[in-house]
Amino acid sequence: MADKPRIKLPKEAKKGEIIQIKTLVSHLMESGQRKDAQGKPIPRKIINKFACEFNGKPVFSCVLEPAISANPYIQFDAKIDEEGTFKFAWTDDDGSVVTAEEKIALKA
Amino acid sequence: MSIRYGSLAVLATAALTLSAIATFGQEAERKGIPAPPGHVFQTIISGYQFRTKETRALQDDDLENPGFLSVERAADVWKAVDGSEGKSCMSCHGDAETSMKDVGAAMPKWSEKLNKPVNLEQQINICRTEHMKAEPWAFKSKELTDMTTFVRFQSRGMPVAVKTDGPMSPWFEKGKAIYYTRVGQLDLACASCHEKNNGKFMRADFLSQGQTNGFPTYRLRDQRLIPLHERFEGCMFDVRGVPYKPLSDEFLALEVYVAWRGIGLPVETPSVRN
Repeated sequence: MADKPRIKLPKEAKKGEIIQIKTLVSHLMESGQRKDAQGKPIPRKIINKFACEFNGKPVFSCVLEPAISANPYIQFDAKIDEEGTFKFAWTDDDGSVVTAEEKIALKA
Repeated sequence: MSIRYGSLAVLATAALTLSAIATFGQEAERKGIPAPPGHVFQTIISGYQFRTKETRALQDDDLENPGFLSVERAADVWKAVDGSEGKSCMSCHGDAETSMKDVGAAMPKWSEKLNKPVNLEQQINICRTEHMKAEPWAFKSKELTDMTTFVRFQSRGMPVAVKTDGPMSPWFEKGKAIYYTRVGQLDLACASCHEKNNGKFMRADFLSQGQTNGFPTYRLRDQRLIPLHERFEGCMFDVRGVPYKPLSDEFLALEVYVAWRGIGLPVETPSVRN
């Protein structure tokens, strides 16, 4: 997971507006069901959790399962009441976490 | 009498409706461009037109399109110094956005030096070995496919403009011969599917015209970008033939010919296909 996650959300929104957030992260999502050339099972290595916070408050989180294909794309909506920072975190099976931040401002 | 005619008319309408359903999603909706004179098709249609609306949506949105992960990776590699000359792609070519515009759309190009056509993958490796004094990237390696995609992406929307005259013509003819030669246990040529039967439903998918304007293309079944010669190889394997080697003269000739078959189509790299 060397690549930067790709995130798309508006730079600013009106108070009370519902915005759409799109995220895409590069990951192989090895399901644990496949075998290598020698017939040994390839160990599972997936992103098992995604979480999004806004100013420290949880907005959206989900648990991902092995059936999800490579480069998981997650899209969700959020209502904007104040300006602040979205924090995104993807947790890998090996415990490593990829994080990203995006700021949003309020439209006058 | 009149009653009879009435029922006949109803029958005729029913038959029409049935045939309309049968052809719906095939010839009906597909937009293409007029083919140049001497072309086997009236209309050249991109593989994009043969895909479901979901797959098209995935390609149309640059954020959702997984091919862009490669484009972004290669954009960093473009600037990275490699090899004993201490050069990066940028040292000679500057910004890819300007210097590489149109380059991918015109490949394969004739090389005076090698006296044969050179495609994008080979040109990238020529740059690496001759000018950067770096190790060439292996075909199918992530690095080479990423860079090929990145360079070709700079021509996105430009028409495919391969030159097939002059010294290219024997290669063009050779490619054409390969295109029409039946191979493998299933005894099929490229033309058997992509020319005679495109638009039909086969292997749980619509057969396209086999255009190359979207390559390297992100295939959902492989979950990665597939360079053109790997797709050629796959096709030959699927008809139970013995595939030529990627970057071999045979596939190079085929690439020249197939690129001409889609001449004028906009480059879609990185496209999304099944």
